[in-house]
Order: sequence, then structure tokens, then C-alpha cells
Amino acid sequence: MDLLSGVPRGQKIEQGGVAFGRRGHMHPILRTVLQRLGLGLLTLFIVSLVIFSLIEMLPGNFAKRILGQAATPETVAAFEKEIGLDKPAHIRYVTWVGNVVQGDFGASFASRVGYKRQVSDLITPRLKNTLFLASLTALIAVPLAIGLGILAALYRNSPFDRIVNSVTLTTISMPEFFMAYILMLFLAVKLQMFPSLASVDADTPLWERIYRCALPALTLTLVIVAHMMRMTRAAIINLLASPYIEMARLKGISKSRVILHHALPNAWAPIVNVIAFNLAYLVVGVVIVEAVFTYPGIGQLMVDAVRTKDMPVVQACALIFAATYILLNLIADIISISTNPRLLHPR
Amino acid sequence: MNQWEELQRAAFGKRISRRDFMRRATALGVSTALATGVLSKAGYAQEPKKGGKFVIGIGHGATTDSLDPATYPDQMTGVVGWGASANSLTEMDEKGNVVPDLAESFEPSDDAKTWVFKLRKGVTFHDGRTVTADDVVASYKHHMGPDSKSAAKSILASVAEIKADGDNIVFTLNGGNADFPFYASDYHLPIMPANQDGTVDWQSGNRTGPFSIESFDPGIGAKLKRNPNFYKDVWFDEFEVKVIADVAARTNALTSGEIHFMDRCDLKTINMLKRNQDLEINQVTGYGHYIFVMNTQQAPFDNPDVRNALKYAIDRDEILQKVFLGYGTVGNDNPIAPSIQYAINPEPIHSYNPDKVRELLKKAGLDSLTVDLSVSDAAFSGAVDAGTLFKESAAKAGININVIREADDAYWDAVWLKKPFVASYWNGRPVQDWMFTTAYAADAAWNDTFWKNPRFNELLVAARSETDSNKRAAMYAEMQQLLHDDGGLINIVFNSYVSANSKKVAHGPLLSNWDVDGMKIASRWWFA
Repeated sequence: MDLLSGVPRGQKIEQGGVAFGRRGHMHPILRTVLQRLGLGLLTLFIVSLVIFSLIEMLPGNFAKRILGQAATPETVAAFEKEIGLDKPAHIRYVTWVGNVVQGDFGASFASRVGYKRQVSDLITPRLKNTLFLASLTALIAVPLAIGLGILAALYRNSPFDRIVNSVTLTTISMPEFFMAYILMLFLAVKLQMFPSLASVDADTPLWERIYRCALPALTLTLVIVAHMMRMTRAAIINLLASPYIEMARLKGISKSRVILHHALPNAWAPIVNVIAFNLAYLVVGVVIVEAVFTYPGIGQLMVDAVRTKDMPVVQACALIFAATYILLNLIADIISISTNPRLLHPR
Repeated sequence: MNQWEELQRAAFGKRISRRDFMRRATALGVSTALATGVLSKAGYAQEPKKGGKFVIGIGHGATTDSLDPATYPDQMTGVVGWGASANSLTEMDEKGNVVPDLAESFEPSDDAKTWVFKLRKGVTFHDGRTVTADDVVASYKHHMGPDSKSAAKSILASVAEIKADGDNIVFTLNGGNADFPFYASDYHLPIMPANQDGTVDWQSGNRTGPFSIESFDPGIGAKLKRNPNFYKDVWFDEFEVKVIADVAARTNALTSGEIHFMDRCDLKTINMLKRNQDLEINQVTGYGHYIFVMNTQQAPFDNPDVRNALKYAIDRDEILQKVFLGYGTVGNDNPIAPSIQYAINPEPIHSYNPDKVRELLKKAGLDSLTVDLSVSDAAFSGAVDAGTLFKESAAKAGININVIREADDAYWDAVWLKKPFVASYWNGRPVQDWMFTTAYAADAAWNDTFWKNPRFNELLVAARSETDSNKRAAMYAEMQQLLHDDGGLINIVFNSYVSANSKKVAHGPLLSNWDVDGMKIASRWWFA
């Protein structure tokens, strides 16, 4: 996605909101929410259809994949029958959609007679882990990025600005796995400050969990800070040229007060959009970091499932990922609207 | 320092007991690691001791794994669901012999058509219930029958009847098979408790092995606890397996001390790992082999001279050094590893010889030869590189090989057994009959060379029920020679299992039947 994607999206809402405001019956926030949720459901449906067809098109299937070299026609047939793969694709899809609408994601193909593995049971602990890592990273990265962005805008073109810019750009330019290995080499292998494995399970106490997640969270922080920081800086600097800021400055208000009280409130929309984009990335795009640190997150689960063509699990993961994007963008738009009086109170 | 040297000399001359040596070394301020190192160099056997939590990192394992032994795909399920938590009727020792495990003894009838296994007395499942012959019958039946999708289905195809007789289990085979006890050592055949209806309870993980499963998280790992009632000594208190698919992460986990053992070291960086004084690298040449297979029914491979030309056109030493960095043993177009009973190294040795290739091509009436070779790293890791090197060496001998890189996903499905000349891999089998029946018998489902040699198949049946060891050896020698001279297999290398462990743990000789110390690492290792 384009680095500046937040900006055009913010503008689009502005226009939409204003246009509706003129016809004006419904509150713009409510309208956005309903509209987005409707579109979201449609998106989810399309996503499920696309994913299902793509996996169908791949060569091989779950039974053959699991049995590997041991797949003889009889064993494959027995296996396919057991997991229902012997039915035609469209029937399997319709059945699956029907169940999902009722909240049942079905059972993984890895289930056996007397050993049911519900997709929801597989996904729940993994999703919790992923959300934990994402929240931990967000708690560090978002305040850090915004703080650095504001400071960089405040002291723009100073050595501080240059250093912050070049350091964050360096960290974002490095591939995640490389960053992960570098951190692991120095902080885990050489200095032995943090564990190199982030293997946690349901019984891991909170502090232990935070300690084990330190390196993955740090890696992800370094990867996402630049984007948010630069957007904050750019959005603020953009506004500093506007007449009302000049007015404020002419009144003799201090530089930091101008930025915090006058520029920042109007800069929230693009910043929040970039934050939302990065948070979504933390949920859906961290599979490499998960693999390097052996963190049992949902990305790993989905890759596993794609490799073995465990369709129910792939489908459920894809839906969760799509829903994450939709919801986070929705929240970003709500914040954009509520921080912009022109959108909040349309005439 | 003088005293220390004296002490070492005493150790090398075996003039001092292990315990005395350790005590005096400690008194001299020598580190335990150094002292035990000297002891093992001096040839002292390690004395196992109890206690501790042993953690290993395995490069296998997926979220689709289950404890159903019928579909055990690899090391992860093998180590957790068999080696650590369960037992088969028999097991392999480090010399390649089959020895009793849950069976106390086993006896064939004269023609090796009936095998009687006597169950070890007083062995219990983890829940305390005593193992009976009915449990064994149910455990075996789990893999048999038309609906079975078990990997062990083919090796049990020769079993006509299995029944419990008091403490004995009687197997009646379709034909004589002197090697049947080897089959019973397979990791797909753990003994599990029978249900009322004759099916078997694999779901609970309740088994007989040295450790009981506390938790099993497919694709993540497993935690196990020592079984206090196990019939043999077990050293560790706890055993944990972590699935670490990424080899760099696995190596880091070992060097930072989070795990004590890792399998499948990265050969490219192994020399750097060797420099680490706290680690030990193990290399075991197993039965597994990396091969190129030709469909002997299809032109041009239907001509034995063409097949032999290709066998002489590959530079196995170069591939071993460049692709596998020396970790392996070059093959000689015999699928039987040197450590297996009755193995021979057939003459003439097939090594790179361009002149011989041209001579054989001329004999086949060809000036040059162009063939397609399908490869993928799904066949074995390094297959693409091996194919490329094969192309180079063959080109110098007048054979033009088109190396086609196939998709990993569907390799076993759409390429292997379908295309005429492909890269492949066999895990190997502990006995010749098993390997031959699986892959070289005329009617075998996985006869990937489509080789149908009447004399070979005649010998295969005859050797199976032959109980005279000399006669068997002669028959197997002839079969290996036939395969070497006429078969469609180019055996590149017998691969090595390369693993590394912290010197905090100790072990005896490693088993070569499977990786991870024959998958029985949990009960065979201890803290030094």
C-alpha cells in the first residue's frame, strides 16, 4: 500500500461527510459506521470467495499433502471421504458459508474420528497471542512515533530532526527478518539480556510473557515507527504554512503551544489513518517475525494451513484478517471525523 | 597444572575410576565440562544420572499434527507420540539389530509364517492399567483394513491374521517373513489402550512409554513428565519439545541455552557452530538416501546401457562436497545402507567416468543423449543444486540433461511416479526385504523405477522366508548386485543426520534408524 495512503482516504471521508451533511438527517459518524459495516460484510464475502477459489485452484489437496509420499489412491480416497473433500467445491463452499453465518467456523481437516479440532479452538489462543504482541508493540511504538514526529516538526531541519529521520528510515529499510536476527544476535546470544525464543503458552504469567515478547516487539517497533513518525511530522509541517497558524504565531504564542494546540488537532486525520494501517499490519503481517522468534501467533497458523491446504483454517484466518483491516479503518475514520469540527457538525 | 596432566595420563591409562577422576579434577579446580571431555576422549563410558528438564528444538511439526500414529508425518510426532511416550513391540539397537521392547521375546514358526510375540509382564499404561494382548491387537488393527489411511498399512499388508492368546500375540502372515520383528519396531506402531468396541484410544495419548504427555500443542510443542512406572531406567524428570521451524532461530536457541538439542543443523554455517566450545555436533549416517530415479519402462531409460551411462555420468563426490558439504556417504546405486544386515558394496563401483559413458552410449547405438530431469527441493533439500551439478558433469560426457524445476507443492503428487526421470528420497528401512518390498518389487505401489526384474522378484520371495543366515546373505548379495547393474536408481548419497547439543547433556552411541537418536532421545540421554 502507498506510504501516504492515509491522506487521500481522509479527504474522501471529508467530502462524503459534507455531502451527506447537506441532505442531513443522520449523524455523520453513525452514517459512516453503518455504511462501512455494510461494505465490510460485502468485502468479507468477496474475500472468502477469492480465497476459497484460489486454494481450490492450487495443485494437490489436504489428503495428498498430509499423506505425502505415503499417498496411495485408496488412502487418499479414505481420507477425503472422512474430511468431506469428496463433495464438489461449490457445495462445500455453500455449506461453509451457511455455518459461518451462524458463528460456526467448522472443524479443521486435521480432525479425526473421536478427535475434533474446532477451527475456533485452534484460532482463539493464537489470535490472543497475536493481539498481545500487537498491543505491546503499539503501546511502545505509537507514543514513540507521535512524540518523535512532534519533536521533529518542532525542531525541523535541526540535527535532531535529521538524526531521527535517518535512524527511523534505516530501520524501516531493513527487512524484518534481518532486523530480528541482528537484535537476536546482540541482545539474546551475545548479551543474553532477552530470550531468543518467544515461545509462550496459555500458562505463561504476564511478566514472563512481556519479557519473552521483548525482542519481537522491539523488532516490530523499529519496523513501524518510521511510517507513523514521518506522517505525524509531515501532517504538522503541512499545517504550519496555513494562515491560522501564522495568526497564532503573530499573537506571540510559543512554538510548542502552536504545534500542540493549534496544528496537532487538525493533523489527527492523516496520522490516525497511518496508525490504523500500521496496527492492522501488526495483526496480519507479522508472520516473519513470528517465525524467527517462534512466537505462536495467528500468522504462523495461517501459513501452516495454506501449506497443508487446511481450508477451514485458511478461510477463518482470512476473514479475521479482512475484518481487522475493516474495523481498524472504521475506527480511524470515526476518529478523523470526531476530531474535525467541520465533519462533526455539518451545516 | 602438573597434577592435572598426571591425572589425565592416569585417565588415558585407565588407572583411575571415573568417579575418582571427577572428584580429583574438581579438587584441582578443573571445570566439569573439561573433565568430562577428557573422560570421553579417554574412552570412559558416561554414567547416566537422574534429574533435570531436557528441552529440544525440532525443525518439523505442523498445526495439522495429531497423536494418531497412522498419520505420523515426521520427527515431531515421532519423538512425542512414539519415542518418548510409547513403545512398539520391538525396537532397534545401535548395531542395527532388532531387540524386544514391549514384547519380552518373539519366536517364529519354522517357515517364519507365524510369529508369536510374548508380552512383557506387568507393563502398565500411564493411567495405571496393565497392558494386555488385546491392546496390542487393537493397536495393530488400527492400521489395517480397507478404510485405513495409515502409513503402516503397506507393511502390515502381509499380515493375514492377528490374535491374542493369553499373554501372547500371534501373527499369521500370508507368506514366510524372517524380518517381521523389524516391521514391528516401526514408529507408526505404538501400543495403545483398546476401547470396549475393539478400536483403539489414540486420542488421549495414554501410552506405555518412558514419559507421559502433559500437553501436546500441534505446531508449537509438547511437554512430558517422567513415567515413574516405566520398565527401564529413565533419566530426565521432564522433557519438552519445541517446534522451531526456522533453522537460524533453532541455532540461536541452542547457543543462547534455551534448548539443549537441535536437529537438522544448517550445514552452511556448521563450521562456525563447531567453534562453540559448549556445543557438540553429531553426525549419523542413517538409512536415508537421496536419489534420481529413471522409469525403466520408458525410452530411453528402457535400455540398461543408457541407465548405466547416466550412472557413470554423475559426479557423486562433487555433489556430496558442494551440496551436502561432506555430510553423507556417496552412494553406489545400492539402496541398502552399509550398516544394514547383509549389505554389500557391489562392484564395479559407479563413479564419475566420462570415457565409460561414451563407451556405453556407443554400445546403446547413440552418439549423444538428451533427457529431462525433474527436480524440486520437496524431493530433498539440495535436489535442485544436485541436478544442476549432474547436468554439468554429464555434459562433459556427451549427455545433455535439461533440469526442470518443478513446484514443491505437488511434487509427490504430480511429478514423482509420473515423470520418467525425477529426484526422489527414501527414508530407508532397517532391513533389506522391507526396502525392496516397498520400492523395488515388481508390483510395489511405490516402485518408482518401474523395474520388473524376474530374477530379483524370485529372490525377494525366497529370501523373505529363508531362515538360514548364509543362504539369505547370498540371496541379498545377488539382489543388491542386480539392482546395481540393472536397476533404474542413481543413488547419489546416503544422507547424514546432523544434530547439535549442549555439552550439559550426554548420550551413548546414537541410533541410526531415524533422526533424533532413533526418535528415542528422551529416554536415551541424560544430564552430564
